[in-house]
Amino acid sequence: MTIVKTSIGRRSFLKVSALAGGGLILGFNSLISCVGKSEKEILALPKDWFEINGYIKIGDNGIVTIMSPNPEGGQNVKTSMPMIVAEELDVDWKNVIVEQAALNTKYFTRQFIGGSQAIRQGWKSLRMAGATARQMLREAAALAWQVPVDEITTDAGILHHKQSGKSAGYGELASAATKIKVPKEVKLKEVKDFKIIGTSQKNVDGKKIVTGKPLFGIDTNREGMLIAMIVHPPAFGMKLKSIDDSSVKSMPGIKDVFAVKSMPDEYERQFFDTCTFPEVVAIVGNTTWEVMNAKREIKIEWELFTNHSIMKKGFGGPALKIEIPSGLESTATHQAAIENLMSKPMTVARKDGNPEKAFKSATKIIERTYTAPFLAHNCMEPMNFFAHVTADKAELAGPLQKPELTEQTLSARLGMPIENIDIQMTRLGGGFGRRSYAHWLLEAALISQKMNAPVKLIYTREDDMTSGIYRPMYSAKYRAALDANNKLIAFHVKAIGIPESPLEENRFPAGAVDNYLAEEITINSNLTTGSYRAPRSNFMGAVEQSFLDEVAQVAAKDPIEFRLELLERALNNPVGENNDYDAGRYAGVLKLVREKSDWNNVQPNIYRGVSAYFCHNTYVAQVLDLTLENNKPIIQRVCCAVDCGIVVNPDAATNLAEGAIVDGIGVALYGALTVKNGVPEQTNFHNYRMIRHGEAPKSIDVHFVPSESDPTGMGEPTFPPVFAALANALYKGTGKRLFKQPFANQLKTHALKM
Amino acid sequence: MAAINLNVNGKKQTIDVDPKTPMLWVLRDHLNLVGTKFGCGIAQCGACTILVDGSSTRACQLPVSAAEGKAITTIEGLSENGDHPVQKAWLEHDVPQCGYCQAGQIMSAVSLLKSNPNPSDADIDNAMNGNICRCGTYLRIKAAIKTAAGSNV
Repeated sequence: MTIVKTSIGRRSFLKVSALAGGGLILGFNSLISCVGKSEKEILALPKDWFEINGYIKIGDNGIVTIMSPNPEGGQNVKTSMPMIVAEELDVDWKNVIVEQAALNTKYFTRQFIGGSQAIRQGWKSLRMAGATARQMLREAAALAWQVPVDEITTDAGILHHKQSGKSAGYGELASAATKIKVPKEVKLKEVKDFKIIGTSQKNVDGKKIVTGKPLFGIDTNREGMLIAMIVHPPAFGMKLKSIDDSSVKSMPGIKDVFAVKSMPDEYERQFFDTCTFPEVVAIVGNTTWEVMNAKREIKIEWELFTNHSIMKKGFGGPALKIEIPSGLESTATHQAAIENLMSKPMTVARKDGNPEKAFKSATKIIERTYTAPFLAHNCMEPMNFFAHVTADKAELAGPLQKPELTEQTLSARLGMPIENIDIQMTRLGGGFGRRSYAHWLLEAALISQKMNAPVKLIYTREDDMTSGIYRPMYSAKYRAALDANNKLIAFHVKAIGIPESPLEENRFPAGAVDNYLAEEITINSNLTTGSYRAPRSNFMGAVEQSFLDEVAQVAAKDPIEFRLELLERALNNPVGENNDYDAGRYAGVLKLVREKSDWNNVQPNIYRGVSAYFCHNTYVAQVLDLTLENNKPIIQRVCCAVDCGIVVNPDAATNLAEGAIVDGIGVALYGALTVKNGVPEQTNFHNYRMIRHGEAPKSIDVHFVPSESDPTGMGEPTFPPVFAALANALYKGTGKRLFKQPFANQLKTHALKM
Repeated sequence: MAAINLNVNGKKQTIDVDPKTPMLWVLRDHLNLVGTKFGCGIAQCGACTILVDGSSTRACQLPVSAAEGKAITTIEGLSENGDHPVQKAWLEHDVPQCGYCQAGQIMSAVSLLKSNPNPSDADIDNAMNGNICRCGTYLRIKAAIKTAAGSNV
């Protein structure tokens, strides 16, 4: 039996109140992540972590409304998080209505999408909230019927007292339950008794999506609303010099043209205030088409900027000074800078044993260098935001992943107290990290303020793709040393990122090798970068798992067997203490994928690659099967094994895994954002190649490791390994290892291995 | 500006607009039918797919003047209650993730099934290759099209 406390530290974070018109409302904090930490740490947490950000509403008609506090961007939290509440509340899922919470009411804080954390961090508190409401209803029933509370059972929203034969719906006792004191502790269900968690429930917004309802920020429409677009510098390294609006101001429907400075030079930015072009030109008019026409005609002069720096708050740490170099950068010069630095000593992030000595004593040394380009996120819904700023308040609506920090920036920029700012979160037409950085929200607000009118700002596809905040450009050099018995005796990784390092020094195979060295260094750039689905892991997983495949081959070992031997070592006799993974669970997904893919029986003409990676608290292994037709890979099947603990909504989790696999294959084959003299060479989908229907795998099967562990995230972990599963399968088919992403343009020149 | 006679989802109306305005922006800005989505503006992503006399067309590249006198169907006009066989198949397979591209995907699928009620996998790939799904729901889209195949679209 699991009993949990309903309060943390000295503060309670459950509040009960009566619903106007009858019924109960129980507010709770669903993103409290301090459970299990020490009292000292809990008390050191910001005050607002204890404010309420979700609630359960039970009307006297028995209708249960669960407020989903997190933004929804396709990861299905709007369905899965309320399922967890409904489970412990013990209601019929069919009678639950889910509503999207707004930011900035007194109920909600800590709302964000990122790091595949919503389910993991919400798990305990969502369950506890549901269980608390159920317990209060039971106590209300016991009081009403004058029977012991222990004799009250519940089933699908009905309270029963078997002995007396009495029963009542939750709605009938909801008002009475508001008089019950919030219990100090409540009993949670046993995993075996789950009725909703572990069943596949459909997306609560499914019908609205397939009927084209206005769910997205870009669909916002208000009386008197103007349309705004921006023009940003044509190259990284440039800034606004002057605007010649003479030819466009008189164009039909155009209201105004002016410069907008979203980030003043001296402003100390919030952590997610990444902004490539702090000053842009705004064009405002009546309709989108009229504004687009003016955008094509406007004449703007740009100029080079000089070296400068900005101050930025750290993510929970001290402020950072970010140096922004001048100049017009090119992919070719980025590559040269990486090659130049790769042979030089870097910052040592982890060292175990004596790697230098081990490499000297090695029988075989394998050394490989991998690179991957900048990537654009390319969310299908272009960046946009609605803003209506008046003298005393600001109303905003649109898609963003980290509203709370952006709101603080907006407050500072408008000089308006946070209480006067209301940000409504709309469904995100894709996030993938891109919408953590919401300078377009600021721009929309400043434009609305200037126009004294409601404004919807829309970026074109080109505006978005050419304005930075890319996945960084990365490179890593790996070295492995084998002894005479083909045992891995040393492992060395050097990682470079422009401008951020991808290194995860405590991740496998750290802990499985006696002699280990991990180094890193960064290169400054005036291209901006940001989180992109599975940050860092999306590169390290891809290349590490390609490298290990080659090491296994040199060691003359089966690639799964080779990994399992290393994991066995990490499990039984780990090297070092900071290894960030559970070797047993890691091995578990490899064993499951070996079984489900029928690893040892490869069909004729099928080329097969395996990969396994752990990130964002979830373990994933994949086996990819492909055939080659005129050098073109046809992905026949991807078999995917996942250990994410308890699977809350299996079909939704499967959908996410399928999508990440398709996404990963597309990015591995085609994804690249290159620059020449500061100008992005890809501007829209005609030259930034995205994976298309016919290129998706013919089949994907996703298998979950049966588990009673607390659930972990699904949005990111299935993405990184598929790059390597693909590369390793392509090697089988072509005889050539691939070291540089993207792969597609290297396949055309390959002779088929017959 | 010119008066343009339109027939959108069976409703006849006249609007006064620049004749070069793409149908996408007429739908979204003038008629407040926002189910048809802006994705790329250059007919590369399919998010703005509508039916013009039953055939799939990219609304971002269709001047409103060229739509005059034709029967335009948008996602809003596919069914009264979301019970068109393709919409039902989409729900059955729980296709969407973020959902932004799905209206365009559905319209392309309807167009395919109108001309080819029982498409092969290759037929589906060919008909749907112009519709990008950034979330990668292609397998579910294909499964949903197969479920809807043979029904009266």
